[in-house]
Amino acid sequence: MVEKYIKERLKTKEILLMTHIVVGYPSLDASMQIVESMVEAGVDLMELQIPFSEPMADGPVILKANQKALESGIRVKDCLEFARKVASRFDIPFLFMTYYNILYKYGVQSFVENMAKIGIKGAIIPDLPPEEGADYAEAMQNSELCPIYIFSPTTTDERMQYLSSCGKGFIYCMARKGVTGKETQFSDEIEGYLKRCRANTELPLAVGFGVKDGSDVDYLKGKADIAVIGSQTIRLVDEKGVGAVGDFIRAL
Amino acid sequence: MSNDRGYYGEFGGEFIPEILVATFDELKQYFRQIKDDPAFWQTYSDLMSNYSCRPTPLTFAENLTRHFGGAKIYIKREDLNHTGAHKANNVMGQGLLVKRMGKTRVIAETGAGQHGVATATMAAKFGFECTIYMGEVDVKRQRPNVFWMEQMGATVVPVTDGTRILKDAINEAFRDWVTNMDNTHYVLGTACGPNPFPEMVSFFQSIIGKEARQQILKLEGKLPTRIFACVGGGSNAMGLFQGFPDKSVECVGVEAAGHGLNTGKHASRLCSPDATVGVAQGYKTYFLQNSDGQMRETHSIAAGLDYVGVSPILSRMHQKGEARFESATDKEVIDAVKLTMQKEGIIPALESAHAFAGAFREAAELSSDDIIIINQSGRGDKDIFTIADAFGDPNWREFIKAKALDYI
Repeated sequence: MVEKYIKERLKTKEILLMTHIVVGYPSLDASMQIVESMVEAGVDLMELQIPFSEPMADGPVILKANQKALESGIRVKDCLEFARKVASRFDIPFLFMTYYNILYKYGVQSFVENMAKIGIKGAIIPDLPPEEGADYAEAMQNSELCPIYIFSPTTTDERMQYLSSCGKGFIYCMARKGVTGKETQFSDEIEGYLKRCRANTELPLAVGFGVKDGSDVDYLKGKADIAVIGSQTIRLVDEKGVGAVGDFIRAL
Repeated sequence: MSNDRGYYGEFGGEFIPEILVATFDELKQYFRQIKDDPAFWQTYSDLMSNYSCRPTPLTFAENLTRHFGGAKIYIKREDLNHTGAHKANNVMGQGLLVKRMGKTRVIAETGAGQHGVATATMAAKFGFECTIYMGEVDVKRQRPNVFWMEQMGATVVPVTDGTRILKDAINEAFRDWVTNMDNTHYVLGTACGPNPFPEMVSFFQSIIGKEARQQILKLEGKLPTRIFACVGGGSNAMGLFQGFPDKSVECVGVEAAGHGLNTGKHASRLCSPDATVGVAQGYKTYFLQNSDGQMRETHSIAAGLDYVGVSPILSRMHQKGEARFESATDKEVIDAVKLTMQKEGIIPALESAHAFAGAFREAAELSSDDIIIINQSGRGDKDIFTIADAFGDPNWREFIKAKALDYI
């Protein structure tokens, strides 16, 4: 369903935009306002990150947002309730992004069933390779949700094909090594890598890690299907407040 | 012992981000090579005997034995290893592996600083670049180790995120690794983390148990009744326990009870009901976490035991009843340090002193036919600031005051 939505939208847009928030940062109310402005500004998909105390794959900006959200007392049940609200209010696909322990402690089966019930379409779990996630894969399949897997520049062709066979919806391509939110040079090297990604999967390609402005998004046109803006909007909220988000997205 | 993805029963595994898959494949391949190569173990133990102080002695603690009037007490002296702790065993082994892999830079996390010092030492000897991640709280309480790391050419990065202790340093080291894996190896310091680290660190540390077994058989002609080791991540315990797989030998791991198991301020995963099974830092084990799966703050007077998780191999041993786990409070630990110094002239590290405290509790109930071995994983002089404060020594306080004036 997510894949169909993406393909449908691509008929009228050169590239889609996926944005990311950490639920509860800087507050639940602010999170709601950010989602509102992002959807109004025309974002096509959104990742809702459930904060975790050990966000190993995240860089300083998202790491700090995770910590602040947890310090303010955000619980997993608050995030689920928040997700239910946004999924019922706004007509774009929302995905969860979080780390495996959040699902594991909740109970993988019930977490996934709950996702389906509240209208979340899929999940990105960066520390759960398919080899470790048989229960998760089965639950996601039973609930007809999309497990989103990640390609990285170090992923071999063979493994890309394997990940593609496990995934649904789209593939998340890390633009470079490292953690989220650091500078990425969008250059020929990336072009070659994205060609390799394309050759190894039928699924649409989302590209994230270091995508921060209009020129990065422009660069990705024709090479990927979705540009992912993560840390940059958090930085923006930190510096200029929630009100700046809408204009920033529209300018992309 | 473990299958392809490093599972010990339900514990262990390889919960790594995609970017590290190729790096782990390479690491596993090289580790298999050295593990199956008898010449490697020879190279390793030669290095440990001429660069470090192996085999370390097994000291008969005659006065402590008399004091408790029960079992004969022996102490395995990892404090006499170069850099003052068992950490060097793992680090030098991984250093040889790094040379084989052709990498030029090493990174490590450190809690007490012992693993950081050992890694900085190895990097200096082998000519690697070296960065050490250390929680800001630990940087403050272990300044002498920070000093030595820096003098040996390592860059020490204080970690200001999260609880600012060992687990946060591990996260930060992983963040470095996912960026720099082409030339960098992460020298994980304990038998935790994703496969193959628990198995690999235990493999290098097994030198402790191998020696101790030979030594006790030579000295006493029989095996010990009980063996004691402190348990943070669990590497020194794994090192000792592996030498004694016999049913007749009881393995006892001693965790940090901090202010007490019922105070919430402790770091006991296996002998407190506060810990539950979870997945973090790349592996599945018992973690001190809340019902949402968020890691909790831990406390121990010993920085090296102040950790939320525990080796998946020890979790499995716990589950199968192959080892018993006890705990010792900060106060019991300080008393154990005092007694060991006064009776034997030996200063155990605060971490190791947990094993001493656990053993002291049980020594008297055993008979003179019984033997116990305590693993002294490290030496305590690094802890002079913490121990002097705990003892409340007035002369030390005066010395520090006067010293401070010198710098004004």
